Amino acid sequence: MPGKVHITTTINGESVEFLCEPRQTILEVLRDQLNLTGTKEGCSNGNCGACSILVNGQVIDSCLMMGVEAEGQELTTIEGIASAEGLHPLQQKFLEHAALQCGICTPGFIVAAKALLDREPDPSEERIRLYLAGNLCRCTGYDKIVRAVQDAASVMGK
Amino acid sequence: MATKTEDYLGITDYKVIGTRPIRHDGVDKVVGRAKYGADIDMAGMLHGAVVRSPHAHARIKSIDTSKAEALAGVKAVITVDGLPLQEDKIKELGEGAANLQHLRANVLADGKVLYHGHAVVAVAATDIHTAQEAVDLIDVEYEVLQPVLTVHEAMKEDAPLLLEDQTTQSLGEDTGKKSNVCTHFRHELGDVEKGFAEAVLIIEREFDTATVHQGYIEPQNATALWGADDQITVWCSTQGAFTVREQTAQILDVPVSQVKVVPMEIGGGFGGKIRIYLEPLAAILSKKTGRPVKMVMSRTEVLQATGPTAGSFITCKMGVDKAGKLIAAKAYMAYESGGFPGSWAAPGAMCIFAPYNIPNVLIDGYEVLVNKPQTMAYRAPGATNAAFASETIIDEICEQLDVDPLEFRLKNSAREGTRRADGPVYPRIGNEECVKTALASEHYATQLDGKNRGRGIAAGFWFNVGLKSSAAASVNSDGTVSLVEGSTDIGGTRTSIAMQLAEVLGIRAEDVKPQVADTDSIGETDVTGGSRTTFATGWAAYQCALDIKEQMIECAAKLWEISADDVVFDDGTFSSSDSSKTLSFKELSGMLDEIGGPVMGRATVNPSGVGGAFAVMIVDIEVDTETGKVEILRVSMIQDAGKAVYPSYVEGQMQGGAAQGIGWALNEEYAYNGDGLLANASLLDYRMPTCLDLPMIETHIVEVPNPGHPYGVRGVGEVPIVPPAAAVANAIYDAVGVRMTNLPMSPGEVLKALWAKNGGNGTA
Repeated sequence: MPGKVHITTTINGESVEFLCEPRQTILEVLRDQLNLTGTKEGCSNGNCGACSILVNGQVIDSCLMMGVEAEGQELTTIEGIASAEGLHPLQQKFLEHAALQCGICTPGFIVAAKALLDREPDPSEERIRLYLAGNLCRCTGYDKIVRAVQDAASVMGK
Repeated sequence: MATKTEDYLGITDYKVIGTRPIRHDGVDKVVGRAKYGADIDMAGMLHGAVVRSPHAHARIKSIDTSKAEALAGVKAVITVDGLPLQEDKIKELGEGAANLQHLRANVLADGKVLYHGHAVVAVAATDIHTAQEAVDLIDVEYEVLQPVLTVHEAMKEDAPLLLEDQTTQSLGEDTGKKSNVCTHFRHELGDVEKGFAEAVLIIEREFDTATVHQGYIEPQNATALWGADDQITVWCSTQGAFTVREQTAQILDVPVSQVKVVPMEIGGGFGGKIRIYLEPLAAILSKKTGRPVKMVMSRTEVLQATGPTAGSFITCKMGVDKAGKLIAAKAYMAYESGGFPGSWAAPGAMCIFAPYNIPNVLIDGYEVLVNKPQTMAYRAPGATNAAFASETIIDEICEQLDVDPLEFRLKNSAREGTRRADGPVYPRIGNEECVKTALASEHYATQLDGKNRGRGIAAGFWFNVGLKSSAAASVNSDGTVSLVEGSTDIGGTRTSIAMQLAEVLGIRAEDVKPQVADTDSIGETDVTGGSRTTFATGWAAYQCALDIKEQMIECAAKLWEISADDVVFDDGTFSSSDSSKTLSFKELSGMLDEIGGPVMGRATVNPSGVGGAFAVMIVDIEVDTETGKVEILRVSMIQDAGKAVYPSYVEGQMQGGAAQGIGWALNEEYAYNGDGLLANASLLDYRMPTCLDLPMIETHIVEVPNPGHPYGVRGVGEVPIVPPAAAVANAIYDAVGVRMTNLPMSPGEVLKALWAKNGGNGTA
């Protein structure tokens, strides 16, 4: 096994350095080395979206990105969505609309929905459903999630 | 001792119950701070991994772990020999029971592997990658045996036997006959043959349903520390910390008090997170190494080796008399139990004809070993398979009689006083009200137009359970109450439980601080399952509040130097009976130190007044006749909640159950190849609904109070998964005229049915 690689990256607005093995995913680095456990692991092969993070504003499954690929990138995880001023409107609307039950998929949904609303402030229901189709939720039937995103979009547009 | 329980109070002006506060654990869950089982980290922690069987059915000839043990970083390796022997004893687990020898042999295979993915060896190493390398270095030699994959194969006289000592228990007696059939039971009501003789229309069909998984997004996990003082702590995601304690203590052969289970947040369960898999392995590996050991399943392991729910073969026959009333019904229900005994035909049999008043019924149920993982509960276990059979036959009856399917259900509805075939006589139930609500809905009144479109109706029942719950609560000096309870919270139950305490004390839901405690910190509480948590643990919280109220009245009496009988408590205010003195709950809370000290309430309950739940689904679909794909256009769920304590989350259960049922109806199945290997153990190929597959899911909450609960609460979690498979099948028939009798109704199956209908010419 080759030695560990030194990586310099930006996570949630702060410069971060870490050492990782070439075989480690950024998901593993975030969770097991940097203690950012808000990003969840549901399948390890890009099919459930529980590990969604933003890389330079683009939503990706962090189980499919290697740790070494984080060099020089800007990463945002669920821990970086709220600010000192309070919750992001998406987080607030997820609470108000009861858009979570067990909550394990919630970080991934909020991160993915943020990527959508950052690009498209006023998406249609169909567009929300298409954009979030890479995130699986087994509890809610998605109804309240879609409504929470719609409501967040409407609040953010004001 | 459980405190005395009371029946329905008949309250009509609730202050807290029926409102929609923000759930107490919500913020932690939307910012990523909530700690789930896999989020645990500890100094010196090792990581475990498991060697799993590459065969569906094989004898283990030898296991060589030497190469793995020699690998740098590997700290311990165990096989089944590392687990204490067990006696042949059945243990109740909360939603299903298990034989301890079988539980042990499921945790690590004992001589034979019984399904693809069966655990054989466990290792612990300094990191997960080393543990996985060690797994690859372990050589297991197998003698491969013929697998048995369906109940049809397994029930044949000459079928290979999975468990050589297994005999059939038939009608309560051991037949002594060696067989894959573990259990045969029967329910009989009236005279079914006489009933059919009076029928003017009889429909009989056969149904096959696939094995399906609960599909929770969080894989199973367990972290254990076996201390030098022999105290064992287990952190895990489970539906029941106390059942994990019980099972783990049994498998480790230690007293329950030696095991503390700390329930972490749980990422879905639906019945699948009750049985233990990793907990004793992590504990033994910890004992061998003196370090904490964490084990987390991969998604492949979850699908291969945790309990999916039973596939089944059902024949169902129903007859109506000349008055249009159901006169007789008969069912033969054979359910897979997987590699070890214990399956879901029994609850299925309780539900199959439950929404109807049928005087003559005969049900025969069978639970059958097959080379698949040991089945587990999945949301109203057994009932979805059963309703798929009975509710599609009812649809066919309605078609032949040319009657409205809801009017027919209303006419034949079970109601208070109706006897169900398995024995119970219904107290007040909300079945008719659900059907009437469906009839009156805007959805049902709206005509569905368009080619290849159809509407389907189905009803469903789940009996719900009570079981043990405990709660303790202490009054804070600022007038809030800290509530400790034992039910792990999978979907907002901290709040639905807290609300029932708040209602008694006249405080806000937000003034209660609920938390879920470990097994050393609260009284015994059964699993979050059986739709029991808001019903039973909510009842414990209600009792706890009554206890607090009585003590607070004593405090007010002491303060005012009057008799407790002269203190009135109403809507959060204590007053003397002459109204000369009043104190709010908050004011009195702040004076407790002066009066005599803190106030704590406590309660344990084991309520028997469980209220059964009924639901109806209306679904509109469109069939693509070129591909066979079914698109869901519109869905309405109608369900009796008794009293919806926390309506947002009642709706959530209805919507989630509908979505899971639609996945079961259209896509989900365990796909085994001829060798019995699971070919679709990933979330790409085990195809659960995405948000693009579904429309909004309309909900109609019906409230017919359960006479057996102070607030009239019925369980709400499970019944919504019961109607969907049948409702979708009935909609497909309405759309394109084919009767689907197998699940899932995947595009290929729908196409085949269309081709068969149209003369097999390959076009629709």
